[in-house]
Amino acid sequence: MRISTDMLRIAVPVASLLLLLAGVFYLQPRAMSYNGLNLLFNLAVPIALATIAQMLIMAVNDLDLSMGTFVSFVACVAATYLHDTPILGVLVLLGAIATYAALGVIIYLRDLPSIVVTLGMSFVWGGLAVLILPAPGGTAPEWARAVMISKPPLVPMAIIASVLLAVFAHLLIMRSSLGVLIRGVGGNQRSVQRAGWSVIAARASAYALAACFAVAAGICLVGLTTSADANIALRYTLLSIAGVILGGGEFTGGRISPVGAVIGALTLTLAGSFLSFLRISPDWQIGAQGGILIIVLAVRLLLNRLESKGGAR
Amino acid sequence: MKALFAKPWIWSFVAAVSVWLATIGVTGGASTVGLSQAALTFAAFSVLVGIGQMFVITLGPGNIDLSVPATMALAGTVALKYMDGQNGLVLHGLIIAIFIGGGVGTLNYALIKALRIPPIIATLSMSFVVQSAAIWTNRGLRIKPPQVLADFTTSTSLGIPNIALVALLMSAVAWVLLHRTPYGRWIMAIGQSLPAARMAGIAVDGNRFVTYLFCAILAAICGYLLACFSGGAALNMGSEYLLMSIAVVVIGGTAVAGGDSNVPGIWGASLFMFLVVSMLNTYGVGAGVRLIMTGVIIITVILLASGRKDAIR
Repeated sequence: MRISTDMLRIAVPVASLLLLLAGVFYLQPRAMSYNGLNLLFNLAVPIALATIAQMLIMAVNDLDLSMGTFVSFVACVAATYLHDTPILGVLVLLGAIATYAALGVIIYLRDLPSIVVTLGMSFVWGGLAVLILPAPGGTAPEWARAVMISKPPLVPMAIIASVLLAVFAHLLIMRSSLGVLIRGVGGNQRSVQRAGWSVIAARASAYALAACFAVAAGICLVGLTTSADANIALRYTLLSIAGVILGGGEFTGGRISPVGAVIGALTLTLAGSFLSFLRISPDWQIGAQGGILIIVLAVRLLLNRLESKGGAR
Repeated sequence: MKALFAKPWIWSFVAAVSVWLATIGVTGGASTVGLSQAALTFAAFSVLVGIGQMFVITLGPGNIDLSVPATMALAGTVALKYMDGQNGLVLHGLIIAIFIGGGVGTLNYALIKALRIPPIIATLSMSFVVQSAAIWTNRGLRIKPPQVLADFTTSTSLGIPNIALVALLMSAVAWVLLHRTPYGRWIMAIGQSLPAARMAGIAVDGNRFVTYLFCAILAAICGYLLACFSGGAALNMGSEYLLMSIAVVVIGGTAVAGGDSNVPGIWGASLFMFLVVSMLNTYGVGAGVRLIMTGVIIITVILLASGRKDAIR
């Protein structure tokens, strides 16, 4: 059987996740339980959602440096407006999604560097978050809290949510015609245009979809933490980029993998726990995430080399 | 006059001067000297990291050094720890900081080259590792800098802050490097077209390596000075310089796509960014509005800059 490039692309992240998980179970067999798994992967759900959002932006060859501040902003809105006056809260979030769509269009029309525009937006979202919630606080909407702490039988919520997210994102981006269009814009914008599609619409929907996933990430996060803070998710910008790359995505060419992105986010979250089970000081937790990123990329390079050698023969 | 206004960097100075006038207009000229000295001091730190980032951005699309904040934190922490407040070890501390910068820069480029990963991800992974190293060495300690250095970084010569003089010296070196040496021509050529540069016989790898090295060393020197200026190294002291280093380069009129850079613009943009914050503070605006204004300004500048490019065509 010949292994296709796509399968190879997904094989490395899956293998690294399983390896880490095996390591955790070996060090701490008690983690192999319903509660253990839930605790291990709880905080991975919002990160996975943010990673899918970042992946959609990267699918059209852009990069979103405002992901972390945007998720923080959503968390603040969710803990205040969405809890106190749900209708106003929904309107604010819809406005934010519309803003994202507009950004996607402006970046394309004026041919702006997405890095700089989203850099500017990161200040805007951060400022809005501080205005909404000057000090940490607020209350999570009851339904968000209920969903996040619910205990379905047999399989923990965190696992179900991750699997559902992976399947949904896969269907949406790899199987729907909209997904194909979005990836096509990343692959070759001009040919999509020549084929009669609207690049503006494709970019607007990619950005709007990304905002939807980021909004979901913010609400999930508040459901877990019960209250919000303007700086709650700043790490997500870098984590989401790392997760996409770890999961087999690339910066250009619309080459992305939604399932891989979810797995990448889970791997990054697990890296921290693995180290604490090894009794290595928590000082090195961030470093471990960097180290795992480097190792996975090295393995992928090695596999790609082997494959190209095999192809040449 | 017309030639002056055709320079890409002039607008950042126009903006900085108008904000400066708007601020002292409100205070009635009461704090003109204080404001100007503070602006020069804080701008100097942005200039130091901005110059390094500019050289990296010159290399072309996708070249950004995200490890700047972590390098600053590690260099500042280790240097202060070694000097331990003793005046005699000032030079040793500086050399240690430069070596740390050199180490990070070398590893950055080793990752880019060996793993063939995009510079953003390479420097991102590296920054995780470096940040961890900084956390590990720092351990919440707050060691005072040697008195000589604390005095040097906080005092002025002939009314100009010493830090600004250091930054000015580095800017002059950077200007000569960029415009008067083959190295400057080479990296501009690489930024405009990497394949063309390679075919023209330019040592692409060597030049890229030197550029990443230079950027990391400047970040380390900046971390060393900032730690002494603020009376001790803090782990998060570099965090605001990640976005700032990119913002000042872009606002200063350097092409984000690479291949066309200028040094003076970094000064204009750094002064502008600090003065905007102090202007809004003078007007009594809260932190949230200040952040939003900063973001709006960055986006406006990039919109205007793209309009200018169209006009030239």
